[in-house]
Amino acid sequence: MSYLGLLDLDLKLPSWYSRTWRWVLLDFTMNFLIEAEIVEPKAGYLGGSVNSGLKWWGKFTGGCLKSYSHQKTSSSSSSKVGGTWRNKLLILWLIGGLLGSICVFWYLHGQSVGRRREMLASMCDERARMLQDQFNVSLNHVRALAILVSTFHHEKNPSAIDQRTFAEYTERTAFERPLTSGVAYAVKVLHSDRERFERQQGWVIKRMDAQDQAPVPDDEYFTEKQQPSPVQDEYAPVIFAQNTVSHIVSLDMMSGKEDRENVLRARASGKGVLTSPFRLLKSMRLGVVLTFAVYKKHLPSDATPMERIHATEGYLGGAFDVGSLVEKLLQQLSSKQTIIVNVYDTTNASAPISMYGSENPDMVDDSMHHVSNLNFGDPIRNHEMHCRFKHKAPFPYLAITTSVGVLVIAFLVGHIFQAAVNRIAEVEHDYQEMMELKMRAEAADVAKSQFLATVSHEIRTPMNGVLGMLQMLLDTELDVTQQDYAKTAQGSGKALINLINEVLDQAKIESGKLELEAVQFDVRAVLDDILSLFAGKSQDKGIELAVYVSDQVPDILIGDPGRFRQIITNLVGNSVKFTAKGHIFVSLHLVEEVESLMEISTEAAPNILSGPIKNGLINLYNTLSGYPIADKRRSWENFKAFNREGCLSPKTCSQSSFDSINLLITVEDTGVGIPKEAQARVFTPFMQADSSTSRTYGGTGIGLSISKCLVELMNGEIGFVSEPNIGSCFSFTAVFTRGKSASNGFKGYKPNQSDLGIFELKGMRALVVDPRPVRAKVTKYHLERLGLQVEIATDFGQALFTLTNGSRPFEMVLVDKEAWLHGSNVSRLLPRKNGSPHVPKLFLLATSMSPTEISSAKSAGCAETVIVKPLRASMLVASLQRGMGYGSKRNNLSQGLAISSLKSLLQGKKILVVDDNLVNLRVAAGALKKYGASVACASSGKAALLMLKPPHDFNACFMDVQMPEMDGFEATRRIRDMEHELNDKIEHGEALPDANGNVRRWHIPILAMTADVIQATQEACSSSEILLINVNVQNKDSSNQCHNKWLKKAQFWPGGSRIVLALPVQFLNVKLQLYDTNDGGSGLIGNYAGTNSIVQSYFLE
Amino acid sequence: MEVIQLQRRHIEHINSLFQEGYLDDQFTQLQQLQDEVNPDFVVEVVSLFFQDSEKLLTDLGRTLEAQPVDFKRVDACVHQLKGSSSSIGAQRVKNVCIPFRVSCEEKNRDGCLRCLRQVEQEFVFIKNKLETLFRVSNISRLSKASRV
Repeated sequence: MSYLGLLDLDLKLPSWYSRTWRWVLLDFTMNFLIEAEIVEPKAGYLGGSVNSGLKWWGKFTGGCLKSYSHQKTSSSSSSKVGGTWRNKLLILWLIGGLLGSICVFWYLHGQSVGRRREMLASMCDERARMLQDQFNVSLNHVRALAILVSTFHHEKNPSAIDQRTFAEYTERTAFERPLTSGVAYAVKVLHSDRERFERQQGWVIKRMDAQDQAPVPDDEYFTEKQQPSPVQDEYAPVIFAQNTVSHIVSLDMMSGKEDRENVLRARASGKGVLTSPFRLLKSMRLGVVLTFAVYKKHLPSDATPMERIHATEGYLGGAFDVGSLVEKLLQQLSSKQTIIVNVYDTTNASAPISMYGSENPDMVDDSMHHVSNLNFGDPIRNHEMHCRFKHKAPFPYLAITTSVGVLVIAFLVGHIFQAAVNRIAEVEHDYQEMMELKMRAEAADVAKSQFLATVSHEIRTPMNGVLGMLQMLLDTELDVTQQDYAKTAQGSGKALINLINEVLDQAKIESGKLELEAVQFDVRAVLDDILSLFAGKSQDKGIELAVYVSDQVPDILIGDPGRFRQIITNLVGNSVKFTAKGHIFVSLHLVEEVESLMEISTEAAPNILSGPIKNGLINLYNTLSGYPIADKRRSWENFKAFNREGCLSPKTCSQSSFDSINLLITVEDTGVGIPKEAQARVFTPFMQADSSTSRTYGGTGIGLSISKCLVELMNGEIGFVSEPNIGSCFSFTAVFTRGKSASNGFKGYKPNQSDLGIFELKGMRALVVDPRPVRAKVTKYHLERLGLQVEIATDFGQALFTLTNGSRPFEMVLVDKEAWLHGSNVSRLLPRKNGSPHVPKLFLLATSMSPTEISSAKSAGCAETVIVKPLRASMLVASLQRGMGYGSKRNNLSQGLAISSLKSLLQGKKILVVDDNLVNLRVAAGALKKYGASVACASSGKAALLMLKPPHDFNACFMDVQMPEMDGFEATRRIRDMEHELNDKIEHGEALPDANGNVRRWHIPILAMTADVIQATQEACSSSEILLINVNVQNKDSSNQCHNKWLKKAQFWPGGSRIVLALPVQFLNVKLQLYDTNDGGSGLIGNYAGTNSIVQSYFLE
Repeated sequence: MEVIQLQRRHIEHINSLFQEGYLDDQFTQLQQLQDEVNPDFVVEVVSLFFQDSEKLLTDLGRTLEAQPVDFKRVDACVHQLKGSSSSIGAQRVKNVCIPFRVSCEEKNRDGCLRCLRQVEQEFVFIKNKLETLFRVSNISRLSKASRV
């Protein structure tokens, strides 16, 4: 804006002016650069080289960028700097504006002065010219008179002119000579002719008076009073004169100083000559006399002065009254008042003689004057006209107003700039404030998350103590009321812990600290766990709760089972919470599977998903409980996994899905559903469908948002469909990696604790009688997991048909309660078969049983064989075993199982325990003895060495790592050396095999014992081929951490493909986890059971 | 009735020891190792611990008095003490051992002495407690046996 203004001015102003501006601009730029904190000697700029300029520019831009980049960190200081340079710029601009306005003033003033000067010059010149012209007119006329006199006086004889004629003529022609006050004619009279002449004229030649003669009135002036002229060579007495100057008749012109000169010059030059101004006779006014010579005969133009002098007859003179002359002239010009005219005779340049005008009049503008030359036709005489303005120059209003205007504009622009700068500063200030607030808000958010995390953790720790104590309290002898109180307290505590965990999760997710594990897990087992979690609740409510996992889903997946469980638990928990009747159905499929089903037939898809369609006798919906459900397809139709381009082509899909398993999990219920208006904020934390929800159903509303975050962490998507009063269906996808299944292809249930009786069930045939295909399929799925062969019948007629016509007899028949109630008469059909050798055992599947139902079941002879849903592997196995009459002896083993299996492992084994700490030694020995091992003790490495010198009969050695004198590693190394030696000898036949004659390589398993995993170095372990067992790890979390560290180091068990890491080995409660080193130690193969065999094989080696 | 009271006192006593952190899970484990074959296992181990620890404590005291202090030896002793205390589940003794070892590593004699005093204090305390416990349990067992 300001630049434009400047440029505009620049174009209009003359060059000097624009130069000034350019300097101002340059100065400004300089200042600006200096203000921008580029401190560089000014010489660089003055040097003016292009290079330095570029450098400057570079530094400037660099400085700018730097200041920008630093703005965040030191924005306040930069803004301060910005403020100062802006202020300086403003001051500079104001100064510039002031200078500019002064310049404008000068310029305009100069112009007006110039114009005035020009005007003066033109006026002066005009006047001079007019004066000159008029003078010349008069001069010419005087000359004409001279010729007249010459013609009529001298060439006529007698003369045709006498005084009277001359006077009259001249009087009458006076208008022709406006400038002359009078003309006279004098003749040349030589002294010799004086007397004659005097006689002839009748008067004496008189001499002119002295100059100092005082002026006398006209009529009192008498020629007679004049003194007669003294004797001279020559005289020039006036003979004719105009009336106005008739007093000079008879006066000798030669006697006046000016006149004499004039006369002499006129006759010599033959031209009109002028006297210098002098006071005229009689009038005493300042005037000049013009004199023409009158010659006798016509002279050639190139006549010499002498010839002219000789030919001279007389002289015609005219007196010019310059004062009145100029006065008259000026009167003619209207603008007489505006200028003052002075006329000077400057023949003598050093002393000009004023001819007109006052020298020092008042009220004269002396600042300006103009001189015009006047040429009155006399080359010798110079005249000048000096003109001045009468009045002073008018006050330069225009210039002042213009410059003031410029100044005002500059100030206004400055003001605008100032306002803008202030605004910028304000905005910057605001911005900084905002940034600060933002930072504070962020800090507060972080603090909040941290606080939540800390507080949650801090609450959890004592809560765990409370819960533990409550558990211990429950283990003591309590009466019923006390037990109830304690249980309630424990339940509340657990609920609190859950809530805190949720909040902690939320905080973790918010702060991005949540990381997923990648361990192997069994999906079906996880779902079983979840089911058992909700079994009680669902039974209480009479809801069917079921899980179905597609057989295409691999057995073992790699992912985060805890988080996976958390998501499903959340969803199922919600469903349980909001469902009063009907069912909750969790199903798990591969995304590809669902996709292909959708491809085949979108119409049939839901039916296929929920099981094969069979036209049952019940015309309810084809769902688990017969209640209508929401269309679950809609819950996942927006998933990206289903909309991938080209992934339906088998190649790409199969390739991508070879290792990554994309699961689709749906949880459908027949609950109250979510109101339409609340569906949008289902996944928002702490939002529930409405505020009354928490009152009715409890909960914080945090679960779904956590689930969503977790699903996203698993690269999945979550969606739902819900119809009020029909139900909801939540679906999510999750991406896992295919795990390495120990037993390929078998998706069966793995007994991880007690139910070894499963093997007894394997291969049996079972018939499921259920009118609902979906439910039947769920039952079939669970039974097939146990290795049973399952047939499905929709009613008893079909069942009977299958039973009688089957090629192989059925060992069991599982009847759903619904079918049971509908076909109670048919139930009698089964006992009829009593005669046949294979009586299938009858089981009743029910969600809940009323007392009457129980009694009717009892009457049917299957009171013992009621299987209470939800179905899950462990429970099913137990029920079936109980029903079939197996495994009843094992039931009390749940707690003692670990002990018993370890017992079987250690029973009869001879084990050496080496520890320098007697207490430890005693404890370890006691523990091992407890499992039936026979234990020997050694209190130092050296003692151990002696005892383990082969041949010996120890099966294993537990070795403390840190011992004085000889530590565990050293001892192990030596033992290995001894063994090698002996093995070599045996190989070479130098030594005999052991006493029993068994050929064996000596290699005693040595298990290192240390409380500190970190200190025991990897190399030490590997070089000694020692099996590291970590004892006394109390905190599971920390042990997991160090365990992970170890796994990262990995490979400390050399030679073998497997490592064993024990966590925590507390002798009683051994929890061993087995890792496969082949995939970097990340793959969990199994826990206790698998390890057992490894350790077993180790001991049996 | 007396027996029941005694049993209850016994349980209370043990519970208080757990609650105040004198004992940890390891002691429970130890108790579980005790069976018919090994009826005095806990008492045996614990008295072994007492003997061992008393020896170690006097040893520590002597070592720390000597000039210059043999910190290696101190460390070994503390390590022993830590090992045996954690073996019987004497949690508080074990916990003091940790800063003790730290001070030892820093060769901080004053710190060591302070820790030693603490360890001694804890040791005396746990010894008293456990001895009381054994007396009570002994009586209760005896009375049980007499009733049988």
